[in-house]
Amino acid sequence: MRAARRGSIAAKLAKPQALAAPYVLWLAVFVAAPILIIAVFAFVRNGGGFTLSHFAEAARSWKVFGRSFWLAFVATAICLLLGYPLAYVLSRESANVQRVMSMLIMLPMWMNFLLRTYAWMSILEENNGLLNRLLGFLRLPQLHIANSPTAVVIGMVYNFLPFMVLPLYSVLVKLDKRLVEAAQDLGATPVQVFRRVTFRLSLPGVISGVTMVFVPAVSTFAISKLLGGGKSDLLGDLIERNFLSNKPFGSAISLLMMVICMVFIGLMNKFGDGGEGTLAI
Amino acid sequence: MTKNRLPGRLYTALIMLFLYAPIFVLIVFSFNATKSRTVWAGFSLKWYTALLRDKQILGAFYTTLAVSLISAAVSTVIGTFAAIGLFDMKRKLRSPVLFVNNIPLVNADIITGVAMCMLFVALGTFLKFKLGFGTLLIAHVTFNIPYIILSVMPKLRQLDGNLLDAGRDLGCTWFGTLWRVIFPEIMPGIINGALIAFTMSIDDFVISYFTAGSDVETLSMSVYSMTRKRISPEVNALSTLLFVTVLILLLAINIRSRGQNKSPETR
Repeated sequence: MRAARRGSIAAKLAKPQALAAPYVLWLAVFVAAPILIIAVFAFVRNGGGFTLSHFAEAARSWKVFGRSFWLAFVATAICLLLGYPLAYVLSRESANVQRVMSMLIMLPMWMNFLLRTYAWMSILEENNGLLNRLLGFLRLPQLHIANSPTAVVIGMVYNFLPFMVLPLYSVLVKLDKRLVEAAQDLGATPVQVFRRVTFRLSLPGVISGVTMVFVPAVSTFAISKLLGGGKSDLLGDLIERNFLSNKPFGSAISLLMMVICMVFIGLMNKFGDGGEGTLAI
Repeated sequence: MTKNRLPGRLYTALIMLFLYAPIFVLIVFSFNATKSRTVWAGFSLKWYTALLRDKQILGAFYTTLAVSLISAAVSTVIGTFAAIGLFDMKRKLRSPVLFVNNIPLVNADIITGVAMCMLFVALGTFLKFKLGFGTLLIAHVTFNIPYIILSVMPKLRQLDGNLLDAGRDLGCTWFGTLWRVIFPEIMPGIINGALIAFTMSIDDFVISYFTAGSDVETLSMSVYSMTRKRISPEVNALSTLLFVTVLILLLAINIRSRGQNKSPETR
């Protein structure tokens, strides 16, 4: 039926397809070509000819790969654990509360993320840090998390939590409440209702949330630099330092990271019966 | 349905505390009398007055504003036409285009940035240009268009074919149909997309960092270069002003739309 309607639109406008031509050209030059350049640098020997040596060189940084993926995994898991209940509570509120709350969740994004991350430095700092001064005031033990992987994870969770909450919320708010009621009427316990109905139906939101947190977390370089004290290099730092001075090495790392992320996203979508169209905001 | 809402509200309040604590710290210390970002030395407006004289920060701010406004406008035009065109395409043709369209959305920012930087450097040596405002703008337009397409496409899908027939029957040319029927119908999607694009541009750091070259600086970039030494509280002052402006704007929109029982279009 949609095809028929589309056909009628096509008939009404002489050749509306042509309207996409400028963008197709744009995509070819500014999206496809740059990726191809990276691929060429990654696979071509300095003198010319095919080689895998740049990947062998990149593989020597396996520690950085491991650390990046591990920290991103932890941050994503925490975001999901913190974000799901929030999105759930939010979806049950009245329309006005929902509107104000989702605005409040998005509002921090309007403040420069580097500045907000920098503010975390003053909160977490060792001696004069605001958190430690508060803890001292309450006569609680001091925390020593400044310039550590923990601080980096806090920074990631802080920066990317809204990206988890918003897709979850937009799925949960549309969830048919009659299905939950039906499960309850059929004698399901609250845990069963959650596991078999609510959570399962919200999977597309979980998948797009996880993707939207994991990808920026695994590739960040500013957060690790600011909060990690430059001690724990992540993939982003490696790429940032190398991509101009050692293009083949930087390209190989970029390409590897990209492929791993794509495979990860592909797998996620496969498990969740394809959350098509949920990848957007 | 009369469940106890208190635990949920309490939890929400805790998360909000987490989200707003650094912002609160930032705002408070923009009024600090000294440069310290942890020790309070008394109230002062000196960073606000210093901000007004700081050419570098204000310049970076104007660059950010300019690139965000222009890229949002350009990407909205290209993206809207592209969405209409794509919608009309056969599936075989559309799928690969949409696949490439999704690359900047799914890819890590740093890869988009590095890849574009390499392209610009390569093209630059050929065509004799340097990285600067132009390349920065192109990069922003590139990562903004997918958001426009994603918010306009669903509106096109909702479009009623009968309206097009009606327009045609009443003597519209195809451009007339486009202008008088399609655009008004998909306008909410276009505006929503433009707002998302503008927000993404304002907030971007990584892609700008790799594509702006060494002569042009956005606000995020100057903040980043400052973090190597110490961030001047003037930046806190500027961010506080921006934050309050956005807050007031959002409140105004919210109060206005409260009466109209419309669902918020966040997608």
